Amino acid sequence: MSSSMEQLYQQVILDHAKFPHGRGLGLVGSHVGESHQVNPTCGDEVTLQVDLADGVVRDVRWEGQGCSISQASVSVLHDLVVGNDLATVDQIGGTFRALMSARGAGLDDDAAEDSLGDATAFTGVAKYPARIKCALLGWSALTDALIKTGARPTEDS
Amino acid sequence: MTSTLEVPARTLNASELAAVRADFPLLARTLRGGRPLVYLDSGATSQKPEVVLDAEQDFYVQRNAAVHRGAHQLAEEATEAFEDARNRVASFVGVSPGSLVWTSNATAGINLVAYAMSNASLGRGGAAAQRFALSPGDEIVVTEAEHHANLVPWQELAARTGATLRWIGVDDDGRIRVDELDTVVTSRTKVLAFTHASNVTGAITPVARFVARAREEGALTVLDACQSVPHLPVDLTALGVDFAAFSGHKMLGPTGVGALYGRRELLEAMPPVTTGGSMVEVVTMEQTTYAPPPQRFEAGTQMVSQTIGMGAAASYLAELGMDAVAAHEHHLAGLLLDAVASVPGVRVIGPTDTRDRLATVSFVVDGVHAHDVGQVLDDSGVAVRVGHHCAQPLHRRFGVASTSRASAAVYTTDEEIEVFREALAGVRAFFGLEVS
Repeated sequence: MSSSMEQLYQQVILDHAKFPHGRGLGLVGSHVGESHQVNPTCGDEVTLQVDLADGVVRDVRWEGQGCSISQASVSVLHDLVVGNDLATVDQIGGTFRALMSARGAGLDDDAAEDSLGDATAFTGVAKYPARIKCALLGWSALTDALIKTGARPTEDS
Repeated sequence: MTSTLEVPARTLNASELAAVRADFPLLARTLRGGRPLVYLDSGATSQKPEVVLDAEQDFYVQRNAAVHRGAHQLAEEATEAFEDARNRVASFVGVSPGSLVWTSNATAGINLVAYAMSNASLGRGGAAAQRFALSPGDEIVVTEAEHHANLVPWQELAARTGATLRWIGVDDDGRIRVDELDTVVTSRTKVLAFTHASNVTGAITPVARFVARAREEGALTVLDACQSVPHLPVDLTALGVDFAAFSGHKMLGPTGVGALYGRRELLEAMPPVTTGGSMVEVVTMEQTTYAPPPQRFEAGTQMVSQTIGMGAAASYLAELGMDAVAAHEHHLAGLLLDAVASVPGVRVIGPTDTRDRLATVSFVVDGVHAHDVGQVLDDSGVAVRVGHHCAQPLHRRFGVASTSRASAAVYTTDEEIEVFREALAGVRAFFGLEVS
């Protein structure tokens, strides 16, 4: 295997794909927003629920099918956002999107990159334009689900 | 269940195949890490031989002018080249040039028929066009194997006219259920639209059975010939279909051009769809009379260089001989099926024998998503298609969201399929799954 393949499929990604975190829907209540997102080119799907109360993401649950990149990405998202306030969640989401636009070079801001935890393993994905959408599928669902909670302004990100 | 295609003895020998490959400059390029390209995505789009590229270039360098207008020499030459291309493509599929309409792609060709029927349903085209009119109670029949391009336009036509869409199923081998023709096609059926060969399973449809059944009920037949025309000898007149659409880019020609065949008598009775310049006879401020086909359906400036490229592609294939092309690809189909069968944990979606099928093999690797399969193959320089291949219902029929698809063409070699096999054999191991 080439080195760019090893960077694309880092062990941490393969582990998250195999043993995903936060999988299984079931959140209910007035604080819960839900979003279903599809990647029309490959049919990957994710349904994501978020429980947002008092400005804090209390839980994220999801169900989906798709490639290892898309599934691992939602699993990592779960770990990164649960327990954080909206401002932090937005910041992490923005940093992850920036990482996906970096063509595999990573971010200049080390501190920001550190805030991504396991998500830094996705650095290599940004070298493969066709796969960036896979990595962002769950994040798009999160953005939409947060709006659906009705507890945040709909300006968009 | 169907007659088996005659596979002629003549195929391409090694030196002929080498000569063919030399005609395709792109096949010689290398990819990341200096790997040779193994292009097994011809079902999505084919590569182009130099004669096609030259024909387009030559048009722009030597003959560029507006066609069918202008009294100058360039306009004459451009018009001649444009119509010569139509002759070549028409002859390649066994029809008269007057029954071949240029379209921007095959999707546009199928939509053209659907929208003409829509217009006829609104009374356009007068009494002669009433044979195309649909109303509630009428039925449109398609199959579960269709590419979205031969499904969605009919869903839309049904929605616009109140007609009902019905479909014929697919069996576990991925073949269209010919036995359902008698029950699904009825006296209410006005259109029977079906593919000549599935872009997913590679299965070839017994067209004669479909045409015979449609005729019994007086239904029009619309054939999606995108996957057959580049790979098999196709004589649309002999097949007896009423309409057929195919694209240039899958048959070694350029993108941006396709063709719609319609029986002349039908095209003459059919109302136009896209209207404007070039498709008229007399225009007053109140009304317009229309040109005869095929011009009636070619409004606006045409994609002239692409039609010329498509004409060159048809001639190139005709010169190789479609019997030889089909025989070579029949051989490749066997190699592809053997390659996939040799790897544990991989199963084919479609027929597993070479009878009546193309060298297009879709497969599922247990435990690995198609996107990931494609990525690992890409790392060995092997280009395959991953996803639903614009056929979601067919994938749903097999309980999968996506497949990987290896599809060959006339320029594909045995050695390339061996590279594919070796790369495929490494996929499950790469993702930490058992390999035996």
